[in-house]
Amino acid sequence: MATDVAPRVIAPNIHRDLARAISAIENGYGSAEAAGATLPPNDAPAAYVIGVTGPPGAGKSTLVDRLIEGFRDGGESVAVIAVDPSSPFTQGAVLGDRVRMQRHAGDAGVFIRSMASRESGGGLAPTTHHAIGLASRAGFDVIIVETVGVGQVELEIVGVADVVMVVTVPALGDSVQTIKAGLTEIADLFVVNMADRPGANRTAVELKLMVRESARDVRVVQTIASDGTGVADVMDALRDARQNHSSNATRAVRFDVLRSVRDRAVRAAVSALDGAAAREVFARLRAHELTRADARAALLAIATEEAFDAH
Amino acid sequence: MPIKVLVAKPGLDGHDRGAKIVARALRDAGMEVVYTGLHQTPEMIVNAAVQEDVDVIGVSILSGAHMTVFPRIMHLLEQRGVDDIVVIGGGVIQEADAPRLRELGVRALFDADATTQDLVEGIERVVREFGRAARRAEAAAAP
Repeated sequence: MATDVAPRVIAPNIHRDLARAISAIENGYGSAEAAGATLPPNDAPAAYVIGVTGPPGAGKSTLVDRLIEGFRDGGESVAVIAVDPSSPFTQGAVLGDRVRMQRHAGDAGVFIRSMASRESGGGLAPTTHHAIGLASRAGFDVIIVETVGVGQVELEIVGVADVVMVVTVPALGDSVQTIKAGLTEIADLFVVNMADRPGANRTAVELKLMVRESARDVRVVQTIASDGTGVADVMDALRDARQNHSSNATRAVRFDVLRSVRDRAVRAAVSALDGAAAREVFARLRAHELTRADARAALLAIATEEAFDAH
Repeated sequence: MPIKVLVAKPGLDGHDRGAKIVARALRDAGMEVVYTGLHQTPEMIVNAAVQEDVDVIGVSILSGAHMTVFPRIMHLLEQRGVDDIVVIGGGVIQEADAPRLRELGVRALFDADATTQDLVEGIERVVREFGRAARRAEAAAAP
């Protein structure tokens, strides 16, 4: 923990105002700037953002509950943004991460917000990065972002967190799982939770062997989140990572830029495919004047030009 | 945008099967449902509702403590300066207590015979009539 930095001040009513600002962004009543303007000015340095990800049921929320306790004991305020999946069929969602964090329900230094993932498939909600910015602006020292339970490729957390903690459990698969691309590549810290279960040591050893090949310093810690075993080691690792989170900043910014470029390119391409030139190609395809391959090539040229050349 | 509902389970009774069925039904109706688990105090319920900025607090109560729990929730909401969250209740609530609860501002009550469809329609109605969407429309219409 940055003990040389005084804890930031949490203004009265900030829970209500922050909650409303997040809703405004989430539901599109206004811009991030406008939502931020509803919060009192705060020129303290940006909050320390911890990403917690891993498969469903690995114990992410229970571990987050322990981390809240750890940072509160150090006198720092904590905001948690917990993302749970939306149904692709009904858009409904059950947001249940708070259940594990009830001990902190009455603590004014703890703000917990659930977000439904809505149309996003990357493990976060489309506006989670704005919610993080608002929570930082509201004065919270530490922001913990818990992703939906992920598989292998929901990696958006890299673009928003200073440090990424991957929580796993023993015996989810053999050692080949540890060398696959994706989730294992983004971890700054691995936590093998439910370490009292058979296979925990083996899982930890396999992860250690994997990270030894990595250029980055990635620690592997075993925990039993439900009784707090090993949580002190996690806190130590997070403290150390905080000292050099600028190295993660380059990775986060890179990821964020790529995502923005991709989103803009896709939007531009989609609008190009609705445009007059594309409509003509579609019409000629329907009239059998073009083969599918020719139509595809023509549309690709139109969409590419719109997405890249025109900007 | 989806309606966001807090399904709250106050007090000491240990049955949340009903609350979970409700949560699931609301999810299937396209709502975003925050579930906080058992044994909630009114303070915990209001804190969660404020942080989550829900449209509706749905209080499931079987223990008979409703005449203690609802007044406390309404009081805490007022104290926190929150006047745009609709409170409703369900479970075992005597008919005789209903008028007093309505007077307190509890906008709908569902007894054990209510179907999940009744709930979905009831929530959609109270949000339409008393929720922040209604207020926003009023504010927009005002000169």
